[in-house]
Amino acid sequence: MNIIVSGCGKIGQTIIESLIAEGHDITAIDISKHVIDDITNVEDIIGVNGNCTDCDTLKDARIDDAELFIAVTGSDETNMLSCFLAKRMGAKHTIARIRNPEYNYQSLVFLRQQLDLSMAINPEMLAAQELYNILKFPSAEKIEHFSRRNFEMIEVTLKPDSVLDGVSLFQMREKYDAKVLVCAVWRDGEVFIPNGSFVLKGGDRIGITATATEILKLFKELNVYQKQAKDVMILGGSRIAYYLAKMLISSGSTVKIIDKDSEVCKRFCDGLPKANVVIGDGTQQELLLEEGIKDTGAFVSLTGVDEQNILISVLAQSFDVPKVIAKINRDELAELADNLGLDTIISPKKIVSDVLVRYARALRNSLGSNIETLYRLFDDHVEAIEFKVTDEFDCQNVPLKDLALKPNILIAGIIREKKPIIPTGNDVILAGDKVIIIAADRKIQELSDILK
Amino acid sequence: MNYKMIIHTTGQIIGVGAICLLLSAGVSLVYAEVEGIWLLLSALFSGVLFFISRFFKPKDTVFFAKEGLVTVALSWIILSLIGALPFYLSKEIPDYIDCFFETVSGFSTTGATILSDPQVLSKGNMFWRSLTHWIGGMGVLVLLVALLPSVSGRSIHMLRAEMPGPVVGKLVPKAKQTARILYIIYIVLTLLQFILLLAGGMPVYESAVHTLGTAGTGGFGVYAESIASYSPYLQWVITIFMFLFGINFNLFFFILIKRFKLAFTSQELWTYIGIVLVSTVLIALNISNMYPTFEETLRHSAFQVSSYISTTGYTTVNSNTWPAFSKMILIVLMFIGACAGSTAGGLKVSRIVLIAKSVRNRIFNVVHPRTVKAVRFEGKSVDDATIFSVLSYLAIYVFCFIVLLLILSLDNFNFETNFTAAASTFNNVGPFFGQLSNYADYSVISKIAMSFAMLLGRLEIYPILILFLPATWKK
Repeated sequence: MNIIVSGCGKIGQTIIESLIAEGHDITAIDISKHVIDDITNVEDIIGVNGNCTDCDTLKDARIDDAELFIAVTGSDETNMLSCFLAKRMGAKHTIARIRNPEYNYQSLVFLRQQLDLSMAINPEMLAAQELYNILKFPSAEKIEHFSRRNFEMIEVTLKPDSVLDGVSLFQMREKYDAKVLVCAVWRDGEVFIPNGSFVLKGGDRIGITATATEILKLFKELNVYQKQAKDVMILGGSRIAYYLAKMLISSGSTVKIIDKDSEVCKRFCDGLPKANVVIGDGTQQELLLEEGIKDTGAFVSLTGVDEQNILISVLAQSFDVPKVIAKINRDELAELADNLGLDTIISPKKIVSDVLVRYARALRNSLGSNIETLYRLFDDHVEAIEFKVTDEFDCQNVPLKDLALKPNILIAGIIREKKPIIPTGNDVILAGDKVIIIAADRKIQELSDILK
Repeated sequence: MNYKMIIHTTGQIIGVGAICLLLSAGVSLVYAEVEGIWLLLSALFSGVLFFISRFFKPKDTVFFAKEGLVTVALSWIILSLIGALPFYLSKEIPDYIDCFFETVSGFSTTGATILSDPQVLSKGNMFWRSLTHWIGGMGVLVLLVALLPSVSGRSIHMLRAEMPGPVVGKLVPKAKQTARILYIIYIVLTLLQFILLLAGGMPVYESAVHTLGTAGTGGFGVYAESIASYSPYLQWVITIFMFLFGINFNLFFFILIKRFKLAFTSQELWTYIGIVLVSTVLIALNISNMYPTFEETLRHSAFQVSSYISTTGYTTVNSNTWPAFSKMILIVLMFIGACAGSTAGGLKVSRIVLIAKSVRNRIFNVVHPRTVKAVRFEGKSVDDATIFSVLSYLAIYVFCFIVLLLILSLDNFNFETNFTAAASTFNNVGPFFGQLSNYADYSVISKIAMSFAMLLGRLEIYPILILFLPATWKK
């Protein structure tokens, strides 16, 4: 599929990388020649240097052949205008990054309609949403929802002294009565799709699918359950912080935001009257102690500097804050943070590229566009995809144990009439079901791809 | 430096070479020649090298500009060393240095020969000699990228090292698709010429050899007198196709995707056409009393102009006997060369235009020191970095040329001979003027120097220079 990506910043580059891995033909537009030169040297794409709101630039990028136009420059207005032009000049679908809070409430729907946008993405909003999910259930490092929250997939790392160390999945099922499925294990940089005899080890990062209540049950039984964080300290008054604080406050948590810029603090005061806004340099230990970091339920570091986020989070962890989350954008630093023992990291650009990959895949099989959700776990090695089963699926009513699945594929959940089922060998797939597939190191375009 | 990746890629190139050698062996088989065995042996040898290189499987496939340039230079040299084997083994060219010279001349699309009569070659070997033109014209790495199942984004470093011109861009986002489109255009044009030559009554084998020679803008032929013995129709067909293969292939692609405006407003194309027309007229006037009819005068003039500017090097007359003015025009054309992104050699028309325009701006600046002027080309202003790289290319080009001329002068032939031989090999043309009729009489040192000059010319200097630069290999 011909896809044009306008704006090759952090997010743009991540999007380009993921879409190339999907096999799309990418044309990149950026106003800086330097940026275009750099990216065309490492990625298999065509680069166009110019202003993406200029018709000639769009023409150079062959907009009339483009199936999808994605505008992710730093400016919302540029993104909207270029999407508008792109659509008029023949692009079939357009997606704009719109992140200014002022555009994001009442006016967004109107804007989307008027500009004929296929989608408006707000990375900060998506990141805040993910942070909020984790803070509501702090035992997990990552939570994804399927099928309108009927089903969840969480990621946790087993502590070296975990009760599950040395326990096989079969034993685990007998010992605990929570109906959960361990669907993927990440051990020493390798992914395993485990079967019943797979033995867990301390230090494994595991993916679990189940309904929210069953997961809760398991965590209580394992004695690792942490209550929802009631008071949250946020460092850095970024847009993510704003969205997150807003969500947390409306769910009844208390939020303390620290930023050193008085303008930013004032804006937060105006927008979020219930938040505690503290002005000061949050990188100073003294200030953090004064503001009670030792007693806070969760600490989220959202400054614009990755390194700062890592260091302050390590510090917070040393104060035994129950849940510490750092925002890290650069992949190599994320790895470093992992080594330092920070287990929960969020990366807005990754979240956005997941959304776009899902959209592009759904566009490609436009015939039966049946991908409902797509998440990528463990450094993109594992995909969790939710499909809607159509009548065209050949193996309906066949017990799962009789299906000839490709290796490294697992059917992790079936949702029938809004009721989730943790599948066993005797369950079947029917039309109208939603099925959650876990696939390691392969890409699944449609449901029949799982069969040999 | 990612050595494993370099060895791996070079090995794959040798694999491509093996296939081409097999193809030539097939031609030998058709004509039932015993000499085909040597082509087959060379193919086997390169096949073995290919399999050895497969043991160097790189874990780390990261590839930078440096590795790209080194890979290109290395594979061209190794390919030429291997490609010389059939000539040497069959003893049709007894001296290995001569074989190497002839093969480099083939791959670099020069067409300079040390044979006084190409008829000493068996049909298979002669086909192989012409096939090297065809592969070398569009490029072996471009062919490799087109054939490989998966290509990393960094392969652009290799394509850039092999595709001529000041700025190399892709036609479509994927390097693999770009390479395929280029080869498809190339094959279609080649077939078209082949059919037109057949239609003019040229025998199949000769049509094939001459088509391969024209497509790569090489110039190896079947006879010592090149194209002279063929009918006017055939000479015109070759004239037109030499001209066409000198056009930037991007323009053919634009026509293919129906963006005619982009194709026909190309400044480089019109400059190229202009140079060809003016040179043809000037030479035709200059030699008008040498030939009986107007058509013959025009034909010889157009053929030679087309042949020299596209750096093919086919001839229909002995232009050594032409007046000095006509010869001088042809020498100037050698240096200009055809369009960027074509199979031709030389400086390239786009570089000449850019140099001329920046020189004009420079002069204007002396008169009006405060004016700000940008060089505009193909409807866009060109940034200073590109201008700087074009000017430094010119400087390094002149420098290399002078060194080559110095080495050739050791052989004590007259200035005209040395100068045109140097210009002819460095610009990948082939024929030269002066006291000699082919390159056989030059000393071994000069032949090696000219072999490298041909590679320098074809790969646009940098890859070969970087290969021999100590800094490249330092950790």
